[in-house]
Amino acid sequence: MNKNLSWKLAISVGILLVFLGGIFGIPKDWSGKGVLASVVDRIHLGLDLRGGTHLILQVQVNDAVNVDSDNAIARLKEDLRTHKINYADITKPDADNHPEMIVVKGVPPDQTSDFKSIIADRLPDYDATSGAENSWTVAMKGQSLADLKNRAVSQAIETIRNRIDQLGVSEPVIQEHGLGQYQILVQLPGVDDPARVKEIMQSTAMLEIKQSLGGPYGSQQAALQEHGGVLPPDTVVMQGKSIGSRNSDTGEQWYIISRASAVTGRDLRTAEPSTDENGQPAVRFILTSEGGRKFYSFTSAHVGDYLAVVLDNKVQEVAVIKEAIHDTGVINGRFTQQETQDLSMTLRSGALPAGIKYLEERTVGPSLGADSIRSGVRAAIYGMLAVLIFMLIYYRWAGVNADIALILNLIILLGFMGYFGAVLTLPGIAGVILTVGMGVDSNVLIFERIREELRNGKTPPSAVEQGFSHAWITIVDTHVTTIVSAAILFLFGTGPVKGFATTLVFGLAANLFTAVFVSRMIFDWVLSRKQRGEALSI
Amino acid sequence: MEFFRDTNIDFLGKKWYFLTFSLIFSVAGVMSMALWHGIPLGVDFRGGTLVYVKYAHTPDVSAIHTELDRAGLKNPRVQRYGQVANDEVLIQLDIQETSEQALDKGKIQIIQALESHAPAGKQDLNNSSSLAILNYLLEKDPLHLASDADANPRYAAIAQAIVDYRDKTKSGVLVSLSNSNDDLRGVADPAVVASLQDGFFVSDFGIRNVEIVGPQVGQQLRKQAILATLYSLAGMLIYLGVRFEWIYGVAAVLTVFHDTLITVGAFSLLNWEISLTVIAAILTLIGYSNNDTIVVFDRIRENIKLLRRDKLSDIVNKSINQTLSRTILTAGLTFLTVLALFLFGGEVLHGFSFALVIGILIGTYSSIAIAAPILVAYQEWRAGRGQKPISMPLRSGNGSAQPKEKIKV
Repeated sequence: MNKNLSWKLAISVGILLVFLGGIFGIPKDWSGKGVLASVVDRIHLGLDLRGGTHLILQVQVNDAVNVDSDNAIARLKEDLRTHKINYADITKPDADNHPEMIVVKGVPPDQTSDFKSIIADRLPDYDATSGAENSWTVAMKGQSLADLKNRAVSQAIETIRNRIDQLGVSEPVIQEHGLGQYQILVQLPGVDDPARVKEIMQSTAMLEIKQSLGGPYGSQQAALQEHGGVLPPDTVVMQGKSIGSRNSDTGEQWYIISRASAVTGRDLRTAEPSTDENGQPAVRFILTSEGGRKFYSFTSAHVGDYLAVVLDNKVQEVAVIKEAIHDTGVINGRFTQQETQDLSMTLRSGALPAGIKYLEERTVGPSLGADSIRSGVRAAIYGMLAVLIFMLIYYRWAGVNADIALILNLIILLGFMGYFGAVLTLPGIAGVILTVGMGVDSNVLIFERIREELRNGKTPPSAVEQGFSHAWITIVDTHVTTIVSAAILFLFGTGPVKGFATTLVFGLAANLFTAVFVSRMIFDWVLSRKQRGEALSI
Repeated sequence: MEFFRDTNIDFLGKKWYFLTFSLIFSVAGVMSMALWHGIPLGVDFRGGTLVYVKYAHTPDVSAIHTELDRAGLKNPRVQRYGQVANDEVLIQLDIQETSEQALDKGKIQIIQALESHAPAGKQDLNNSSSLAILNYLLEKDPLHLASDADANPRYAAIAQAIVDYRDKTKSGVLVSLSNSNDDLRGVADPAVVASLQDGFFVSDFGIRNVEIVGPQVGQQLRKQAILATLYSLAGMLIYLGVRFEWIYGVAAVLTVFHDTLITVGAFSLLNWEISLTVIAAILTLIGYSNNDTIVVFDRIRENIKLLRRDKLSDIVNKSINQTLSRTILTAGLTFLTVLALFLFGGEVLHGFSFALVIGILIGTYSSIAIAAPILVAYQEWRAGRGQKPISMPLRSGNGSAQPKEKIKV
């Protein structure tokens, strides 16, 4: 064997070992089971094969914008009051579609410069433009609006991830979904209960502790009538309702609640399932030191008054303040034990910055996934065997060459997937076998060309040389076009389709190496052992 | 062994047969798309609810239909799915029954309708999550673990074992919870099983798989699928335009378009639904069909250089014949693998592998019957207008700027 050939052999064997490592890793024990476990550990199966839940959600980014513009309105009103600038009305004319737009009516013409400077100083994210009849449109700047919306999505992803992490799901995927705007893709392998996952993700769990100034009343009207139809300043009427499923009360309850919060969920340090004084499941929360100070000053000023625990704008519980409280409280509400766990979890993970809507839900049961693996692998093995055997019959010894190249191709493909943590899906298995079918094309191209050159009277070494060099251009062209379409597929697809594109791209890339480099090396080795003029088995 | 040796078939002479053949299939497909079945879009693109149900016995499709109708579900479609022995049924609801507000409304209604004969106050063990079982066990506490700190994890393990047994060993459906035929005995403590019997029953079905796609995603995916196909075609056009002459790119893209049309037409004629994976198969075919075309084009380019005095139609014929062996072999081998997928790959891959089966046949045929004749027709058209014959992809006379030199590595 000449030196050149030894080098090529060393490279090929090196690559073989590297990619075998990609598939098998280094098993902890070398029994059949240990090796299998090691493979399963390295080749990640997609949801369609291992079962699980796939969700696409839409973040209602306008919610976040509305919160921001509401705050802006509150700030603006206060500043206009302190600067003694008159106005007739401040509204959001189209809160659903243009929550970033605020209209201020009736600003006196002689105060416009003051008005503009207040906007510029106090609301740097907004621009004011004048309209008809002394009205002004105060709208959020385009860049700020885009930032705010993107921030809402990334915060939502963060919050959802926190909550999912507490569910203990292994390898969850929670990421922005590129196909739509402000969408999130959630994939939870092995989770069979999408309803519960959605419950946990969706509960906004906005906790506020406020002062209760009256109630319960039987209806909203009754609450208003109590105060002669006019609410005390800075209060709202709020419905009281237990979220606990054990609640059997059917009568409505309404309370008059202060607008301002003593503390909110942001002041929370932790929350955990607990029991109340009657031994019923409840949630105990502990405030941060800052929140504790706020809570202490509030409760010490309001001993004897009523306190309302408000969750997602529903009064959860009203209790009298017996004494100043520092930093601990309990939420009761006829919960089941599971509900106290879920509620503590959502309280801990923080509130979603905006509502979410579900766009797509797919659940694959584990039994279906197992069936899919079985049939997919069986089809792959049959297809592969058919190709390998055909090549042996049709090209004889050169067929062995092609088969070695194909098997190496497969090893490199799977090794790639192991190293890159690529996900194997059911269409991905199809991609593997399609790679075999398409990969063999390179060998066929080369072999047919060599046969042709031999027929034209070339000697075996020169026919091999010519065959490879002519076929090479064609092989590059065919691979590039297929990889182009697979790459587009990768960008377009999600889940299973992406898995298919991945295997196809890796497989074809590996094929360039095996069909040309390895195959050529084997031919050179065969030729180096032959006498001059001896025929080639092809 | 050798199948094809020195073939000398006049492919271009048969172009009218090819044209007729292609027209018949294209027109049939287009007619079906326009007038008959339309383009049957799957739930991925249309939106809607799909529920795959496995039964413990041979399912009675018409009885299921009656139950769904009685529950007030509009236009439910019920059909047998997969191998007959698997006792599986596919239930589909239109997008109208899949509301944006509660995406899984349709699914819940289906389950409720199928469980209409359930004993009052009992949960269905075949369609309960491990969590529902865990909650039940924690409440009933059949093993009297209330005082133990590890009651929760222990019951969780039991609940998971029951669900695993149901889903993995029993393919998703437990047949019985009764004492005489109690197949849960080996999985859980008898006290647990006895307690489960109080709160649970087993229905005769289990949900294996659910797909719910809202209208927004459906629309989005439709748009993306069309865009991806167009990008793919544009990518081919540009690549081939750069590597060959633009007319080669146009010929290849027209060919691929022809293949796509016939493949989609076949789905329309058979009224099979086009799902996401079918689109993936079609995009793959765009790449694959191009492979075949490129191999022929490459040979034409090579032969134009060698046989400068021959007519283009002769060169094209010769090139097709020279590559025929390779074309048929590769197509045959790829076809073998795809056929294995179609036959053994399971129901989930059926549409996908069917698209590949059709596409590989058509793609191979079209690289011979469509792509090459377009080249020749173009040249004849130019000649008819008194222009020079087709510009040679390799201007080999001056010896400069040969793509072959550029590409050779």
